[in-house]
Amino acid sequence: MHSTRYIFTFVTLLTMVVALVLSLLATGLKPIHDRNEAIYNKKAILSAIESNLDAKASTMTDDQVQTIFDSQIEQIVVDMNGNVIDGVIAEQIDMARERKKPVADQRLPIYIYNSQEGKIYIVSVRGSGLWDEIWGSIALEDDFNTIAGAAFDHKGETPGLGAEIKDNPKFPAQFVGKKLYNESGEFVSVEVKKGGIREPAHQVDAISGSTITGNGVTEMLDRGLQYYEPYFNKQKN
Amino acid sequence: MAETSVSQPVVKERERLFGPKERRLLTDPLNDNNPITVQVLGICSALAVTTLVYPSLIMAISVVFVTAMSSLFTSLLRKNIPKQVRMIVQLVIIATLVTIVEQALKALNFEVYKQLSVFIGLIITNCIVMGRLEAFAMANRPWRSLLDGIGNGLGYGAILIIVAVLRELFGKGTLFAGSPLAWQIIGPSSEYLFDTTSIGWLGWYQNNNLMVLSGAAMFIIGILIWIHRTWNPKLVDVS
Repeated sequence: MHSTRYIFTFVTLLTMVVALVLSLLATGLKPIHDRNEAIYNKKAILSAIESNLDAKASTMTDDQVQTIFDSQIEQIVVDMNGNVIDGVIAEQIDMARERKKPVADQRLPIYIYNSQEGKIYIVSVRGSGLWDEIWGSIALEDDFNTIAGAAFDHKGETPGLGAEIKDNPKFPAQFVGKKLYNESGEFVSVEVKKGGIREPAHQVDAISGSTITGNGVTEMLDRGLQYYEPYFNKQKN
Repeated sequence: MAETSVSQPVVKERERLFGPKERRLLTDPLNDNNPITVQVLGICSALAVTTLVYPSLIMAISVVFVTAMSSLFTSLLRKNIPKQVRMIVQLVIIATLVTIVEQALKALNFEVYKQLSVFIGLIITNCIVMGRLEAFAMANRPWRSLLDGIGNGLGYGAILIIVAVLRELFGKGTLFAGSPLAWQIIGPSSEYLFDTTSIGWLGWYQNNNLMVLSGAAMFIIGILIWIHRTWNPKLVDVS
């Protein structure tokens, strides 16, 4: 039997050694972690405009991703009235944090991809799936109406069902060419529709077994894209 | 856990570095004393991470590292650990190692880190790790404890890989998706094109979505236990 004093000494020493090791490790690796996370997020943005790129975003090296971002992508942040906020760039915006703010105070990141064919505007949307948050990057052509590409991700949707919004490339691929506005110019967004598409310009086919995730995508697009409307309108005029 | 313990009385004669007893420490958990199919431990993560082979492989390596190192360190400290707080001390050792694994993975392979998400952290609660510390490492010398830890990690990892291969192959038609080795095996190659260059055989094959859900892992593990017991009658209870 050990004395109480021994136990306290042993536990204190162990804790101190462990704390030292872990804090050294965490501090030492922080720059690499931050860099990896930034590249990961940038790849997610690029996967929305994959059809305009030479390679698939997921197979690109870190340097290739960084090169595209440095040379072809302009990052801006706008407020709810569509005015560009100076001094911040899109990648500094944490969408999860913005979503918790009152709607009027939210800041919206926009990534503008410049190529010979024109500009593509990539906007970010965030909403709720079945289990946790879902989010996506939507690429729009410079008419601010036609979708050029989309990419979705999620925190904890069911693999094989809700997680298909990310895992199955067919789902985001359906969004290409869809329109946000109807012929009379009203905002109608794009709906994830179960059981047969009736309006090909504004609906995509849902994934079987993931009704709530699909509805979450519909809601996220409807609400999230409307936030950007003031900016779109300013650009159009 | 006590009934599955393989701890033996301390051998008086000079211990050999790699004698038959040491070899058994490595091979036993792969067959007669497998943590998953015999002891039925570590099922939670075996159900959750086995949709794809590549993350399962990383998970298996992580668990081998944690079981091996925690057994080693616990065994080294076994005479100094106060009995009253031994579980907490073991937990601190395991948690430290798991945090090291998590930090390393985050730096080395961020995408797999994202895929495995909470399950790396949950190695801490994997009964296999603490079970081995209580049952073996607290009573045995460091070298043997290390072997026992590696053996049990491998026993867990082997089942993980088998389940993952079956689930990925029939659920997505690929193997090693997400890694540079990504390979389309069966089914239409356009369905789940994780950037594979090969085109699958049996183009008519429709991916079985059930295999992607965790229920399928339950069936597969159940069937594996069945096969294992039929093949190794020693495991069947004769009570």
